[in-house]
Amino acid sequence: MTKRLPHPIRVIPRLDIKGPNLVKGVHLEGLRVLGKPENFARYYYEQGADELIYMDIVASLYGRNNLLHIVEKTSREIFIPLTVGGGLRTIEDIRGILCAGADKVALNTAVIARPEFIREAVTCFGSSTIVVSIEATKHAGEKYECYTDNGRVPTGFDAMEWAQRAAEFGAGEILVTSIDKEGTGKGYDIELTRQIADRVSIPVIACGGAGRLEHIRDVIVDGHADAVVMASVLHYGYIRDQTSERKDFTEGNVNFLMSKQGYSKVQEVALDEIKTYLANFDIETRRKVHAS
Amino acid sequence: MPPKKVAIVNYGMGNLFSVKHACLAAGLFPWITDSPAEISKADALILPGVGAFGEAMKILNRLGLSTVIREFVEMDKPVMGICLGMQLLMTRSFEFGKHEGLNIIEGEVVSLKEAFKPGENFKVPHVTWNKNKTPEGKSWKGSMLDGMANGQYMYFVHSYFVTPRDTHVVLSSTQYGGIVFCSSLQYKNVFACQYHPERSGPAGLKIYCNFANFIQQMSLGGEYVRAS
Repeated sequence: MTKRLPHPIRVIPRLDIKGPNLVKGVHLEGLRVLGKPENFARYYYEQGADELIYMDIVASLYGRNNLLHIVEKTSREIFIPLTVGGGLRTIEDIRGILCAGADKVALNTAVIARPEFIREAVTCFGSSTIVVSIEATKHAGEKYECYTDNGRVPTGFDAMEWAQRAAEFGAGEILVTSIDKEGTGKGYDIELTRQIADRVSIPVIACGGAGRLEHIRDVIVDGHADAVVMASVLHYGYIRDQTSERKDFTEGNVNFLMSKQGYSKVQEVALDEIKTYLANFDIETRRKVHAS
Repeated sequence: MPPKKVAIVNYGMGNLFSVKHACLAAGLFPWITDSPAEISKADALILPGVGAFGEAMKILNRLGLSTVIREFVEMDKPVMGICLGMQLLMTRSFEFGKHEGLNIIEGEVVSLKEAFKPGENFKVPHVTWNKNKTPEGKSWKGSMLDGMANGQYMYFVHSYFVTPRDTHVVLSSTQYGGIVFCSSLQYKNVFACQYHPERSGPAGLKIYCNFANFIQQMSLGGEYVRAS
């Protein structure tokens, strides 16, 4: 039996977007096209997702911002919080994405380049709107270094120190992604998550590496995560059940999808399976409550 | 009957878009405005909000919105305050100093962090789905939470909470750590909640539907049954 947590844990599907497509990579690279993000979003909403994260994974590379259109479409029909990240560099970029219907923005490259930007964004939009996204890799000597541009560019920033500074600058939440674990299905980086979660007084969202149900439990119990993000485990479960998804993509590497093969590294799970599993360990999540 | 007009007060803060879409889903006709003249023509008003209390009050006062919101309440037109919009209805807040609020509902806005008992170092802001519970001896029948299950999860994101002086206005309470706080209230024709109904899935949309029905009843001259 685990110690009772002070609040329910949020279970959050993450959708990586490239152009019009939902994609999934390994270590944030080597992308596969999976389908239309808005279809996945609607499905997860109906299945009881607590929030959604959209990450435009090529925006900061090419400076393009494809997301507005998808965000607008999604937020019309989905009534749960939506966090959007990728290529947001200015106050105007943030305003644009919020006006399209996002509730929060995830900032990485822009705030590493200029940490003061956190404070400016918080002043404009309130701290609850600003999520600082940390993508880190473990180096020898137990140090974690932050990267930008989806794990392409090292920054010299120590992840623990940066998390603390980001919180001091007024960030409302921290999204921690392990580049080493991302897309591997081998489990979250518990150490990285716990060190950050114990150091800051704001909620920490763990991301990267979920491959089995026990990984999710471990990052909550041992990693002290306030919220958990997963992608592949949910996406492949959805694809398994859907056939229409295979018709409507337009660009990118679709061979994988066409081959209809499973993705053996991860267990395919549905949101409710995750929540039921966590309930067995006394971990509270938002569940359906029936009127008496 | 044409859809009822709901003014979403735009004072530069908060996600107005999701509020607007929840209104549309409930069959209302929402529009986002910062004009007191426009607002006074509406059938109902929504005061949304994310951000800092002091800054928000400054803007409401400067744009002449405080006056029109108070008039709205005096005229018994339906009002919904969400999150910071709920807190703004109170007498004063202690967020970053001391700030006077709209004083429509007597009470204060206080910090979660300071309300925790020693040793309770829970995360703030309180960002999660949490349970909305009926206070003992209270019923939601006929209120804005009509049809809602006791213990229904709603989506919260806040660092402060309201403490209404008259506890009879408290419609639901929520527990975070050792703190049990007022998560929704109803006073005259004002409904306010700390959570975001527009981001609380189907249960949240139910509140917008109840609000839409209420506006309909009010405009027909019907008298609304207050939760007792």
